[in-house]
Amino acid sequence: MEIIGMTALELAEKIKNGEVTVKDAVEAYIKQIEEKDGQYNAFITVAEKEKLEQRIAEVQQGIADGKYRSNLAGVPIAVKDNICTKGMKTTCASKMLEGFVPTYDATAVTKLEEAGMIVIGKTNMDEFAMGSTTETSAFGVTRNPWNTDHVPGGSSGGSCAAVAAGEAPMALGSDTGGSIRQPASYCGVTGLKPTYGRVSRMGLIAYASSLDQIGPVGKNVEDCAALYQIIAGHDEKDSTSLKKTVEKIDDLAMASLRGKTIGIPKEYIGEGTDDEVKSAILKAVMIMEDAGARVEFFSLKMVDYVIPAYYIIACAEASSNLERFDGVKYGYRNMEAEGLHEMYKLSRAEGFGEEVKRRILLGSFVLSAGYYDAYYIKALKTKRLIKEEFDEAFKKYDCILAPAAPTTAPKLGTSLSDPLQMYLSDIYTVAVNLCGFPALSMPCGVDSKGLPIGVQFIGDLFNENKILNMATAYEKVREDFSCGKFSSKNNRDKEPVQNILKIKQEGEV
Amino acid sequence: MAKQYETVIGLEVHVELATKTKIFCGCSTRFGGAVNSHTCPVCTGMPGALPVLNKKVVKFAIALGKATNCTITQYCRFDRKNYFYPDNPQNYQISQLYLPICRDGHIDVETSNGTKTIRIHEMHMEEDAGKLIHDNYEDCSLVDYNRSGVPLIEIVSEPDMRTADEVIAYLEKLRMICQYLGVSDCKLQEGSMRADVNLSVREIGSEKLGTRTEMKNLNSFKAILHAIEGERERQIELLESGREIIQETRRWDDNKEASFTMRSKEDAKDYRYFPEPDLQPILISDQWIDEIKAKQPEFQPEKAERYKEEYGLSDYDTDILTQNRHMADMFEETAKLCGNPKKAANWFMGEVLRTLKDKAMDPEELTFSPKNLAAIIKAMDEGKINQGNAQKVFAQVFISDVEPLAYMEEHGLMMVSDAGAIEKVVDEVLAENEGVIADYHNGKDKAFGFLVGQVMKKMKGKGDPAKVNEVLKGKL
Amino acid sequence: MSEIMMDDNGEKKIDDKTMDNVEILAKLALTGEERYKAMAEMEKILSYVDKLNELDTKDVEPLVHVMPHTNVFREDEIENDDGAEATLSNAPKKKENQFMVPKTV
Repeated sequence: MEIIGMTALELAEKIKNGEVTVKDAVEAYIKQIEEKDGQYNAFITVAEKEKLEQRIAEVQQGIADGKYRSNLAGVPIAVKDNICTKGMKTTCASKMLEGFVPTYDATAVTKLEEAGMIVIGKTNMDEFAMGSTTETSAFGVTRNPWNTDHVPGGSSGGSCAAVAAGEAPMALGSDTGGSIRQPASYCGVTGLKPTYGRVSRMGLIAYASSLDQIGPVGKNVEDCAALYQIIAGHDEKDSTSLKKTVEKIDDLAMASLRGKTIGIPKEYIGEGTDDEVKSAILKAVMIMEDAGARVEFFSLKMVDYVIPAYYIIACAEASSNLERFDGVKYGYRNMEAEGLHEMYKLSRAEGFGEEVKRRILLGSFVLSAGYYDAYYIKALKTKRLIKEEFDEAFKKYDCILAPAAPTTAPKLGTSLSDPLQMYLSDIYTVAVNLCGFPALSMPCGVDSKGLPIGVQFIGDLFNENKILNMATAYEKVREDFSCGKFSSKNNRDKEPVQNILKIKQEGEV
Repeated sequence: MAKQYETVIGLEVHVELATKTKIFCGCSTRFGGAVNSHTCPVCTGMPGALPVLNKKVVKFAIALGKATNCTITQYCRFDRKNYFYPDNPQNYQISQLYLPICRDGHIDVETSNGTKTIRIHEMHMEEDAGKLIHDNYEDCSLVDYNRSGVPLIEIVSEPDMRTADEVIAYLEKLRMICQYLGVSDCKLQEGSMRADVNLSVREIGSEKLGTRTEMKNLNSFKAILHAIEGERERQIELLESGREIIQETRRWDDNKEASFTMRSKEDAKDYRYFPEPDLQPILISDQWIDEIKAKQPEFQPEKAERYKEEYGLSDYDTDILTQNRHMADMFEETAKLCGNPKKAANWFMGEVLRTLKDKAMDPEELTFSPKNLAAIIKAMDEGKINQGNAQKVFAQVFISDVEPLAYMEEHGLMMVSDAGAIEKVVDEVLAENEGVIADYHNGKDKAFGFLVGQVMKKMKGKGDPAKVNEVLKGKL
Repeated sequence: MSEIMMDDNGEKKIDDKTMDNVEILAKLALTGEERYKAMAEMEKILSYVDKLNELDTKDVEPLVHVMPHTNVFREDEIENDDGAEATLSNAPKKKENQFMVPKTV
């Protein structure tokens, strides 16, 4: 079997057995990048050859010495470019940080290194993770490997496209309002946003501190679970890092949906959602029911308030988090400016792109005197109401199922003209960040244009194990989904979806 | 008749805490050090860096709160204060606005009009800024982040002070409390205690507060006194000429003895405070507060009382000796080691305070070892050194903490009590003063004194007086 | 709720004065066109988020931290060595181990 076709766990196993060398594995992917990335632009930076060779030798030796306990030793990985890598440029896809070379590794990166993984490059993204299409990058758009006229989603578009295009077996992304799950869905890969605080944010360049979370992107659920276990865990350098021990993921070979209860918010498959997406989700529901799950629809009344609350909170925090980019200590600086304030204002105006500036302005406004209570406090109160409604649902359900996005990947150049419309496309993902829940997105179908559709498994706080198990169980019975092909393995997909929906909503399953 | 005005003053006092490390990172807080050497990604606002709170800062804040009769906010939180300035690397300062750690306290201060209670509105924890220096060659400013992130407690008083004397009394009391608790050394010159003065004036009898201004950059008691006087006059002048006082922040320039506005159109005073999402709230249990309270030191009044009882010292002496805990501790140690509290007290009241005054130093800066002062006191008791030489030795102990006996030996400051050596000098003196000897035998009392004087002179004052008398009498 | 929020008579939330202030707070120098566009977009987004006013939140506590509370502290121990070199390694302008900025006074 070709290296590129293997899952990360399969590749690691072969490396461990000596069937594949670390060098072979890394070179196979570097070759893919060299051949294909001109087309997709998933990477901003590829690791320097010399450093890579050194690292390959070190890891190969480490494997021989039995140094690594992880089951992903020797596996190459791509890292989103807002996660700091010591000695390797970290730009946040912004002119502001074009030449920035961190002198420290993010804790998540340190953990990858300790697990014997090899960082092969840094992936493209929306500038400072602000966007849903990877079109706001200062270094060019990333294209969707399924159809290069379409966006890969965002903001972790580079990470998801890299995995989908076979340019990396797995990647790290970050998710503030859906930034892992939505591009995973658009690119037909699997992505997990862990519970807030599971993965240290130390070294993740903050967009919205109370919402940001690093997570894995992979070819399937098992790969994501393995990578999640490597990067999760308490870090004393991040005060918001959970002290709770990360429970060991159950043996996924035994994963089952039998007896599991699943809730679907009616509002999530309502008017705003594309019919083909709805059909795919409902088909997935049927498959899960066949596998023994109990599925129920319920009403999530707060759905319309999620986006306003999210944008107020995220922009407020962003306006403050991005103040440090001022041309003094690092990053872009206008050298001609006369006087301090002009230097600040010009450096920031020239260093930041349009969407980043838009969010900084909005955030500065909602925190300013006279508006703080009306906007910011109001959003925090709304956040409580949203959390309470989800908490109620989790009393009844093991997991909440939802589309990852209302549509499949839009065409390039169609989203940015109307920012509000773009914000609305995050409707099914942002509540998870506001409440801190873990959620996983994985492919469940393709639309008539041949673009993948993703389904989201949302779990209660700390319930990564549960959603990974349920998602794995679904993956086993789902039609075979491997890079572009969706071959039928399950026959129950001909029933008219609208009928099922009707029956479900009337409660007669 | 001219209107009579009353000055209304409130203070915002910043004290730098005596922790080993900064408030949110493991960098040293040591004063001095090469520029930017005590820095890391956290205290220089590097992308992706995160703060982790130093537990000692919370302990110190609780201790200070309890010592000033505050209520401790048992669920407290940090907020971000957003403003752009190069000494503020994140361009937001992590501080507290909504839930400050201490509230509603008060302290009593002694003024010329008796005891006065000054209320404390609140105290909060925050991080210090870096240091900016002006570079004339390049016409630019240079930033050093060594002080960035050093922990501060800001103590905000109510507008309860009316005179500069009350302000000084309040500051001295706060300083004494901080020093007793060991939470800060409160050195104004090094900036570890700083005061911003909020001042307004109103006609005597008026209940309404006038428009206030805030003065910053006050780093000595003298500057504070001058600034209060200057600002009071400026405000009265404005009112008298029918002009308005603008609520603003002013910078005091001690050289020009005047304050200047700090306003600029680019400094919108809108800090957009919001809860710091990178830090967890702090939950302070009753038990934790009790533990800290139980560990509080003996404060000045109790210490003074004890000195009176145990050592039999006067009110005046005990009061002065206990003003500074560091000095009080050194005094006690000296008293214990020399076994003579009264003499130890005399040394502190005399030589120690005089030397501090001569060198314009603060008691907090005393560094000599009590055992060395005790050794001097003992040597005097044993007749090994006279008063004048003891003072010389102490001067050296004060500066470089020399070992007194070795120093005395080396510099020949010891008393000579060896009979042979004294006899030799006495013989010389007798040989040179036959006339005086005759006077002595003729009953002239003064003659003996003169001869003793001659002997002491030849011995450069180091002859043991008792021995000299004895030998001289024998010979005569 | 203030009148500022309830602009039924079509009053703009983001007028020129407000925008001047926001630019100062955000330290951004916008060009005329950028500014015009930004004002219109902010207006639109703010009108949209006013949707939150439909919710009665009078007795609701703002939710700041979603995670159960724990005290997180570090001990007062020195962990870092001389950091000057790393601190200054990305500086756009520096002199004698200090960051150089336009004159501040």
